[in-house]
Amino acid sequence: MSDVSLETALSSGTSRRRIRAFDAAVMTVLMMALWQAVGSWTKGVAVSPPLPTLFYLFGLLRTSMFWDHAAATLTAFLMAFVLSALIGLLLGLIFGLRRFAGEVAEPILAGFYTIPKVTLYPVVLLIFGLGMSAKVAFGIMHGLVPMTLFTLGAVRNLPPVLIRTARVLRLSPARMMRWVLVPACLPDIVNGLRISFSLSLLGVLIGEMFSSQRGLGFLLVNGMAQNNVPLSTAVVTVIVVVAIAVNTLMLRIGRRRVARTGNK
Amino acid sequence: MTRRRAALFVRIAVLAGLVALLEICCRTGIIDPLTVIPPSEMVASMVDHLGSGEFNESIVNTFSTIILAFALAVGLGTLAGALVHRSSRLRDVADPLLASYYSVPTFIFYPLLVALLGLGKAPLVVLGVLSAAPAVMISTLSGLDGVPPVLIKLARIHRLSAARTLWWIILPAALPRLFTGFKLALSYALIGVIAGEFILSGTGLGYAISFAYQSFDNRAMYGLMLFVLLVAIIANGILYVWEGRLARRRSAG
Amino acid sequence: MTEQPHVALNEVVRRYEGPPAVHALGPINLTMRRGEFFSVVGPSGCGKSTLLDVLCGLVRPTSGSVQFEGRELHGEVPDGIGVVFQEDASMPWLSVRQNVAFGLRTSGKSEKEIAELVDHAVSFMGLSQFADHYPAQLSGGMRQRVCIARTLVLRPRLILLDEPFGALDQQTRLLMGDELLRLWRETGATVLLITHALDEAAMLSDRVGVMSARPGRFIDMVQTGWPRDRDSRIVSDPKFGALTARLWSCLREESLKTMGRAA
Repeated sequence: MSDVSLETALSSGTSRRRIRAFDAAVMTVLMMALWQAVGSWTKGVAVSPPLPTLFYLFGLLRTSMFWDHAAATLTAFLMAFVLSALIGLLLGLIFGLRRFAGEVAEPILAGFYTIPKVTLYPVVLLIFGLGMSAKVAFGIMHGLVPMTLFTLGAVRNLPPVLIRTARVLRLSPARMMRWVLVPACLPDIVNGLRISFSLSLLGVLIGEMFSSQRGLGFLLVNGMAQNNVPLSTAVVTVIVVVAIAVNTLMLRIGRRRVARTGNK
Repeated sequence: MTRRRAALFVRIAVLAGLVALLEICCRTGIIDPLTVIPPSEMVASMVDHLGSGEFNESIVNTFSTIILAFALAVGLGTLAGALVHRSSRLRDVADPLLASYYSVPTFIFYPLLVALLGLGKAPLVVLGVLSAAPAVMISTLSGLDGVPPVLIKLARIHRLSAARTLWWIILPAALPRLFTGFKLALSYALIGVIAGEFILSGTGLGYAISFAYQSFDNRAMYGLMLFVLLVAIIANGILYVWEGRLARRRSAG
Repeated sequence: MTEQPHVALNEVVRRYEGPPAVHALGPINLTMRRGEFFSVVGPSGCGKSTLLDVLCGLVRPTSGSVQFEGRELHGEVPDGIGVVFQEDASMPWLSVRQNVAFGLRTSGKSEKEIAELVDHAVSFMGLSQFADHYPAQLSGGMRQRVCIARTLVLRPRLILLDEPFGALDQQTRLLMGDELLRLWRETGATVLLITHALDEAAMLSDRVGVMSARPGRFIDMVQTGWPRDRDSRIVSDPKFGALTARLWSCLREESLKTMGRAA
């Protein structure tokens, strides 16, 4: 309707952007203030306020102890993430293409998503023992299913005409996947990677909090146990910053890719 | 036989097959009985321990915490979503926050919550709410977005009061997406609470499982584990089926 | 004896503040007799829908007055007006019958009365077979019929329709046009139809108003002179061709202006 488009055209660009930037700044200040308030109100017993945390963090970043733990987490996480991504992609493609298998599998996968996987941790430990492989297993437990589900959804929503074209061109299955399927499904796959990233990280961290002597998760719990509140707060800060940064980056990549290829 | 029914049967068959396989492997010793006990043993253990009543208090504790967290998350999330929806300024601030929220492993705040609130129900409820409320908020925003503007106009033509517009038009129109949010909220609240109990708590089912593990009481551990998983699957399953019914009426056929 | 007009718009103007500021409509001067079938045609973006919004009280005019049955509208929708929108306004969570009954919920009528009125409206619009179906199971045309039935059941004295058949194919449109005429005769209501289809306007109305490009003003009023008892077969009447030609000659220039603006 012409008049509806009229009204939407009236909300303009730059002033709105300026307001948004201002509001974002206000929001950041409010969150810092809240952090400070909680920190000082509890007299640093639960949370360390922003400034002391920052100083502690700078000091922490210069210790090799921190980087040892960070490396442990990073190694476990990368392995878990890469495996989740690759296996998830493969499974998702298979389940997406073989419709019936996909229909059978999807509720099972979705169901797995909703159970408290933490209760399965002891089983993983009994099987893998305490160590890196257990941590990787935790990460994969959390990161695999979302990747599979996203890829499955992407393939299923593919316009059938693309697959028909691939068949007419007599592409081998491998080529069809590489040249047609994966590029066409890319936006959803990137989304799946983004979610899988966060969840694999979560899995590894919780694993470390539960049953490890190394890693950032361990450092966090250990800090609490030893009443080293600045340490715990600093670790949480690092994790939050890294998580948000990577997530934002992946969101931007996804958006730019969509804009460039017009691939919706 | 319809395709859906066929898929259901195959699914049940696959799951039953996997359980049977596990049972055989455990009984024949392919899998070390100290690692995993046979599924039949798990069921027996579950029935025993539930029947004995020794975990009744834990069960009540855990479920009451979950329900409380769920209710709070739904209430706060819906309210927050409705408020943010009315103001495009608030919306512009909230959208990026919500988009990044679930990239942060909320669980890492749990030790801080315990330090802040002590080792009882409170940090668990807060953890559950922190996990679940944003999902409700997101789906509330999505649901309200999805109300066709023409229906709001229709409400004015019929001269409906604000309350009636909300109750007769906005809520029914937004319901499918709202319900998805509730479903997620239950799932996240359950996961958050049990994970919290598992890692750092003195009561509840999660703690009971962890304790059984630490005490090398595999049988009890598996029994309780099975119980928790069954409850999670059934609860989510019910909501999932309900959600399907809701959607089916509104879509073609 | 001058009969009081059913609807009167006097120097109605509608502006939007922006930025940017837009002069969407007017000045409009229009009166409609009770029971008249009046169509509005005009290029896209000329403010036809704004006119409807102002007429039913959804939107207040920036200046000028709108009167319905002698009383001025103050940004509120008065009793007795029914509107059929361009978009599908059927409620997907209600059955056809429940949709049609929707407006009667606040009427204070008994359930039995409501059921009777609903049944009558449903069968009038040819939907009896689908009374318990849901909108998702119906075609676009049928959904629009549900919306019309819902309006009809309230016995409005003024019916406003905003391109109600826009989403339908030509044959369905012609048949729906006949339905609309039947509805008009049955209810005795005053009808204002907004359409971009000149033939539809020429065939259905007592009078057609041609709007200019934005800001929309009436640049021509054409009396059709058709008998009350008409239907789509009127297209074979030679006058029909002349009417359509006159409407287009007026409209063509305005449409070109709009296109030039858009391009």
